[in-house]
Amino acid sequence: MAELVGAYFTSHVPGIGGAIHRGDQETPYWKPFFDGFPPVREWLEAMRPDVAVVFSNDHGLNFFLDKMPTFAVGAAAEYRNADEGWGLPLYKSFAGHPALSWHVIEQLVADEFDPVTCQAMLVDHAISIPFELAYPDAAEWPVRLVPIGINTVQHPLPSARRCLALGRSVHRALASWPGNERIVVIGTGGLSHQLDGERAGFMNPDYDRFCLDNLAADPDALTRHSIEEIVRLAGTQGVEVLNWIAARGALGPAAVEIHRNYHLPISNTAAATLVLEPV
Amino acid sequence: MPDTLTAPPPTASIPGTVLFDGSAAQKGYQLNAMCFSFNERANREAFAADEDAYCARFSLTPAQRKAVAERDVLGMIAAGGNIYYLAKLAGILGLGVQDIGALQTGLPVEGFKAMLLAQGRGQSYEQSVAEARHG
Repeated sequence: MAELVGAYFTSHVPGIGGAIHRGDQETPYWKPFFDGFPPVREWLEAMRPDVAVVFSNDHGLNFFLDKMPTFAVGAAAEYRNADEGWGLPLYKSFAGHPALSWHVIEQLVADEFDPVTCQAMLVDHAISIPFELAYPDAAEWPVRLVPIGINTVQHPLPSARRCLALGRSVHRALASWPGNERIVVIGTGGLSHQLDGERAGFMNPDYDRFCLDNLAADPDALTRHSIEEIVRLAGTQGVEVLNWIAARGALGPAAVEIHRNYHLPISNTAAATLVLEPV
Repeated sequence: MPDTLTAPPPTASIPGTVLFDGSAAQKGYQLNAMCFSFNERANREAFAADEDAYCARFSLTPAQRKAVAERDVLGMIAAGGNIYYLAKLAGILGLGVQDIGALQTGLPVEGFKAMLLAQGRGQSYEQSVAEARHG
């Protein structure tokens, strides 16, 4: 039987990639953020996952507004990064796990979700940065990838309740997978931040703390807010917390917090890192 | 529960915030399509070489063309621009997210950065903005 070892959550601000590239991890600005990762790395070393099911949002690399899926599941044998418009060095590719992807798709549709299925999918910094943070010295990623995309770009967005239900359906898929993989669930993005509008620079530690305090024991608490309320509380890009909510659903009914780090600002963002284990 | 968790009814608009919805997505399609094209280096170079010609290729509306010409980020958003795509244009123009934030809030870049750092010291967003504006 496959084993679900736990869930890892982190922000995915593009500037983190720049800081890694420049070797700024120990500078006063970045240290409080990067100091959150040794415990994540130790935990992953102990848990040795070989598959990662990652919930994230595309930032205009793989999807454009011509076709914008609410939920998209990658089912490719390989996932590559590509130029996101800034001409930065490319991130490492991921090996996929098409059989598990299709198993997840089967479960989602059986549970009356209607995902877009992607046999070709580019992955952007939202997926690559969490792995750069978790496995800084890896020549290649030690896990195969099952990426699940959630639309956080174009409203209407799926509700928090719907995203939690999506994650719970993914959990049912993982629980019935007959392989012997060790699976980690990952949620990326957030927490509170707003890049656009006169309110650019808005962050809200109260809401972030509410999310972090409830994610393990009572994730349904995060579904009490509508999307518009989440935008008001967390900022226009703070809605990326939907990725966290879905990933929490995929972890299963009960969870306990193993590690937490929270620091702001990182760029324009309140950055958080969290590890949960199933109970 | 802190006040900041008590959200008003969802019909009330959020100050300083435009939701990128179906209406904005329709209005902004050409501008966002141009920005999406900037994932390709050759397209970034073509824009830099002849901005007018490149914007014409994507049939930008007059409001979109004006906002791009004036580097008016709020104007781009009002014309349907989405920040995830506009970020690619910002890269060509040499603007980071703090530059973009400064342009939108009317703060100097250093003031915008100070406003972010003040929030990191535990000040509220409102207080941090007020201090950045008035010292």
